[in-house]
Amino acid sequence: MLLIDCPCCGVSGEETEFAPGGEAHIVRFGPGSSDAEFSSYLFDRKNPRGVHFERWRHAFGCGKWFHMARSTQTLEVFGVYKADVTTPPQDILDRVEAAKAEGRVK
Amino acid sequence: MSEVDMSLARPLLEGVSDTGAGGLKLSVQPLRGMVTLRADLSEASVAAAVKAAVGSDMPGVRKATDTALWMSPDELMLLMPYGEAADAVAVLTEKLSGVHHLAVDVSDARTLFRLEGSAAREVLAKGAPVDLARDKFAVGDLRRTRISHVAAAFWQSGDGPDVFEILCFRSYAKYLWEWLEESSREGSMPGVL
Amino acid sequence: MSQSHRLETGGVLVDRTRQIKFLFDGKSYSGHPGDTLASALLANGVKLVNRSYKYHRPRGVVSSGPEEPNALVNLGNAGTHEPNIRMTQIELHDGLDATSQNRFPSLEADVGVLNAAASRFYPAGFYYKTFIHPRHAWKYFWEPVIRRIAGLGKAPTHADSAQYEHTYAFCDVLIAGGGVAGLIAAKAAGEAGARVILAEQTERLGGRLLVDDDAEIDGKSARVWLEETIAALEAMDNVTIRLRTCCSAAYDHNYCLLYERSGDRGEAAQVRHRLWRVRTGRVIAATGMIERPIAFNYNDLPGVMLASAVRDYVKLWGVSPGEKTVVYTTNDDGYRTALALAEAGCTVRAILDSRREPDGPLVGAARALGLEIRPNTGIGKAKAKRNKLASIETVDFDNPEAPGTTIECDCVAMSNGWSPVVHLYSHSGGKAMWDEEAVMYRPDPANPPRGRDAEAMVHVAGGAHGALTTDAVVAQAAAVAAEVLAELGMGGTAAVPDVSATAETPTHPVWVTPSAGKAALGGKHFLDFQNDVTVADVALAAREGYESVEHAKRYTTLGMATDQGKLSNINGHAILGKTLGKTMAEVGTTTFRPPYTPISFGSIAGRETGNLFKPVRETALHGWHAARGGDWEPVGDWRRPYRYQQGSEDRDTSIHRECLRVRNTVGVLDASTLGKIIVKGPDAAKFLDMMYTNMMSTLKPGKCRYGLMNNENGFLMDDGVVVRLDEETFLCHTTSGGADNIHGWFEEWLQTEWFDLKVYTANVTEQFTQIAVAGPKARDLLNSLDSDIDFNALPFMSMAEGTLAGCPVRAFRISFTGELSFEFATPVSFGLALWEVLHAKAEELGGGTYGTEAQHILRAEKGFVVIGDETDGTVTAHDVGMGWAVSKKKEDFIGKRAMERSDLTRPDRKQLVGLMTEDPTEVLPDGAHGVEGGKAIGHVTSTYFSPTLKRSIAMALINGGQGRFGEVIEVSTAKNKTARAVICDPVFYDKKGERQDV
Ligand SMILES: [Zn+2]
Repeated sequence: MLLIDCPCCGVSGEETEFAPGGEAHIVRFGPGSSDAEFSSYLFDRKNPRGVHFERWRHAFGCGKWFHMARSTQTLEVFGVYKADVTTPPQDILDRVEAAKAEGRVK
Repeated sequence: MSEVDMSLARPLLEGVSDTGAGGLKLSVQPLRGMVTLRADLSEASVAAAVKAAVGSDMPGVRKATDTALWMSPDELMLLMPYGEAADAVAVLTEKLSGVHHLAVDVSDARTLFRLEGSAAREVLAKGAPVDLARDKFAVGDLRRTRISHVAAAFWQSGDGPDVFEILCFRSYAKYLWEWLEESSREGSMPGVL
Repeated sequence: MSQSHRLETGGVLVDRTRQIKFLFDGKSYSGHPGDTLASALLANGVKLVNRSYKYHRPRGVVSSGPEEPNALVNLGNAGTHEPNIRMTQIELHDGLDATSQNRFPSLEADVGVLNAAASRFYPAGFYYKTFIHPRHAWKYFWEPVIRRIAGLGKAPTHADSAQYEHTYAFCDVLIAGGGVAGLIAAKAAGEAGARVILAEQTERLGGRLLVDDDAEIDGKSARVWLEETIAALEAMDNVTIRLRTCCSAAYDHNYCLLYERSGDRGEAAQVRHRLWRVRTGRVIAATGMIERPIAFNYNDLPGVMLASAVRDYVKLWGVSPGEKTVVYTTNDDGYRTALALAEAGCTVRAILDSRREPDGPLVGAARALGLEIRPNTGIGKAKAKRNKLASIETVDFDNPEAPGTTIECDCVAMSNGWSPVVHLYSHSGGKAMWDEEAVMYRPDPANPPRGRDAEAMVHVAGGAHGALTTDAVVAQAAAVAAEVLAELGMGGTAAVPDVSATAETPTHPVWVTPSAGKAALGGKHFLDFQNDVTVADVALAAREGYESVEHAKRYTTLGMATDQGKLSNINGHAILGKTLGKTMAEVGTTTFRPPYTPISFGSIAGRETGNLFKPVRETALHGWHAARGGDWEPVGDWRRPYRYQQGSEDRDTSIHRECLRVRNTVGVLDASTLGKIIVKGPDAAKFLDMMYTNMMSTLKPGKCRYGLMNNENGFLMDDGVVVRLDEETFLCHTTSGGADNIHGWFEEWLQTEWFDLKVYTANVTEQFTQIAVAGPKARDLLNSLDSDIDFNALPFMSMAEGTLAGCPVRAFRISFTGELSFEFATPVSFGLALWEVLHAKAEELGGGTYGTEAQHILRAEKGFVVIGDETDGTVTAHDVGMGWAVSKKKEDFIGKRAMERSDLTRPDRKQLVGLMTEDPTEVLPDGAHGVEGGKAIGHVTSTYFSPTLKRSIAMALINGGQGRFGEVIEVSTAKNKTARAVICDPVFYDKKGERQDV
């Protein structure tokens, strides 16, 4: 069972305190968007076997949404970061690159 | 002229159970005034409003004072005598005039339990995924989590190292009461905390 | 019966001063405290304890621990009954009542033994083959036969009367196993100040050191060192030692399960089993090794045991498993059993050794005692008399066809070397590798199970790592402990004890002992005792193409019994390799999965059974409803009164009475479960314009508006009345059970998409008791009460704040029944007081309560939709005829873009209509399909008998239905039965809405 650090309240809690929210950094397309854009927003998900940037909510805790970078294959966690950003922070991307260099993820 | 008759307000659940292990005592606390305050907690005006409304300093992250509980990065639960929540909301509204915030009386939305006794930590550890070792969870510490299936907040009251206040939504109170009572049984503690 | 096989002396675990009486198959026996059920039965000379799963072969105890494949029993009766418990793990206690399994009518005279004669009909893959052809044979022949003859214990028929617990625990180092390696690691970690949990599955610490005590540690005898070490650990506050506690699993991110059997000893324990949910910094698996059996012809007879188990019974329990024992070994360690037997005064008939020139101190000691050693020799065949081992025939490995010597014996002690218990290392992805020299799978240090930060989360110490002798175990465990502590930043330099141990020479494993003649095929050379899998079965699987170890396992069921192949896997894989001409490393091994040994269902459930199984949410009026005949409808976790029964009336009578009461006089309804969310801030109106299909920003303070909510797919997900409390503050009502979801939904958008909006929300659902007062006499009722609200002046879809009968209220003039209706929200503590007043007044006016079913009928008569009844996640606002609630002015709202998709604008989509059956008494089944030309054209979403209209009514989603009013369709009501119904406007009653707006 995952052990998750909430970047909003600082709790290191077990997975049962949290609710998953799927892939992160998906751009919303609304009225005026093309069918292709809207379809990609609604349906296209990477579902990788490897590094996944994803959304979680500290549902039984502080109630806040946040992001986590995690390997879906090994469950290694590269970091957590707040919800109000549209791209992962550089230090987490660096950690992902390091894990790739060491052959832990693809 | 019609007025509110405070004598009509009755708690839904009352009771004391002191049959638990090692002198454990579980009780439903009398009705308490509660106000949810959502605001930018780093604002000096918010701290001042809290001080004015309930006399408490701004609690630290995941900390509880006698009258203010840290619930979330932008949320406090303020405590006061039952029936005085409207006054507290009025003070907050006045002090935070022009400051984006939400203050709402939620005195009736939750039930407050008190669990005291040397085995209190072990009772909570049966259902809450929280490290409750004495040096990891001490007086003033607060945690929002789940106990068994129920969302709850608990904190260590200033009344001593083995006194816990437990807050849950009112509709779940009977379940949590029964769970706490069952989990307090003599002879059922792991005996490690 | 006397304890005929209890030795005069020895047995460090048993207390000979006390007797314990127990029952096995209804017969009374006696043993001592400290015995297991297995040791006590052996002490009583009981060797036949079970029948095998498939062939009903007689079976006896093989081992002395959790690896036991044969000696499974049913334990207890009625509320304490539990099947398939290993005798070797049952501590003897007063009142113990065990029965053998899988036999009829008795162990001695089991009729299922005929299976054995027919065993050529049950080859490897038997189940797969019988599944295939002919198909009906499975159903009519094989399944009934197999159900009768195959199987383990009986499933319990009574509720479990015991108590079970869970607990969460946290530590820096969790040590699994309290043998030498675990103790060394615990002491090092404890001295370094780490929080340590040491879990030992048996009731004793020391592991094999209690039996194999020929080493000296730090210049002390093994026993003295053990006592001193345990005392030191017990004195450490930071070390928790749990006996009878098995580390069952090591899951992701250092989450482990401990299974504690603290209350399995007969006394009325408060806690029978406890499941520990442990999060640890690191795991040290000091789980030791399991001895391997040897495959030979009829190696499954009662009396054939693991060599280590034989000496365990002698030295730990003072029991002689046999009077005349043959030791069959492939290594030096087997000689320890011969020495222990000889020392205890038992007869060792011979030591058969697979090696050509056995040598070393242990072999020398056996020679010095004059024990007969036969090198390069094995057991060609075992023979039985009266279901028990009677003799063996030796075989010369170089000349298997030559006649061997017959040796009479009642016990064989076999040892084929040892396998490290690598389970915990494997549970979360660690790999084991084959060590050809040591002849074992051991943890591969290059592929450990990794934790959250990619750290190696399970470290392996001692025997589990492959260390065979005490000196190697101690040195390796100390090194692992130091490594773990260094990783945790708690590094110190613990002194490594100095050990002098007896040297051992290498093993020469025997995967199958050659037999002469027909037996050479290996048909009765058992590998997996519990599942009756033989050498021939595995070889056949390989020949039939099941070359992958995972396939062969499933095809033969090798290792798939409750013991998970603890004794059989390695030998089986070796046979597979041998047949395929592959090395062990090439064959590979199957994946070990948790739990290590079976755990009880009770421990999984913990306290959460009965009334604690799942929370039920109760409104403030729950007790009131219950006392007045309310029967419950679950709505999410809530319970709402479906109707109130008077006397012994049936459901329809109650419901129809309640409907007519609202239409004719006045009814009161507990509406507390409706969600209530406060949305406040300068951007609140803008935000709600995005969340609802309607325009909310134009709502005036004090006014109410019915709102619809879409998901981004353009489908309806919730609805409710929105009230604007002031310029910046809205109160949003949601469906019952929708409150948490919708509150979460609001927060999701505010936190993750529009975090620039200045909006706060609060879920105040639980703050209020909400009561609907509906019916033509509603205003009369309210006007008779003390209030500062003018109910004559409060317009439809408006809100007022004030007091009512001494209770603080918000009054909403809204209607979900089509009648003149008000809803009141009062703080929960006032809820019962307000309800009692309103109910009493309603009764005075000839009205009373109504429940959720009456509410459902009343709204259906009005054609009001219920989210979840008329909608199913694929239905739009337009589909249900509520296009009027979808703003055309707003640039954007959730689901707007989706509603422009071609499929959502098709004219022939399923659309909400009313249905009236031609026979007005016929009520259509819920969900019934409309059919046309043999094709479904839609389905019924709500269907009732309307007491108001005195006929059946239904709502349905029908293809293009809104253009088909007046057409008659067929609705399927049962198999080959239809009813005719006319499509109509779904508003059946008061089409102009005059009754609610008075
Ligand atoms: Zn949090």
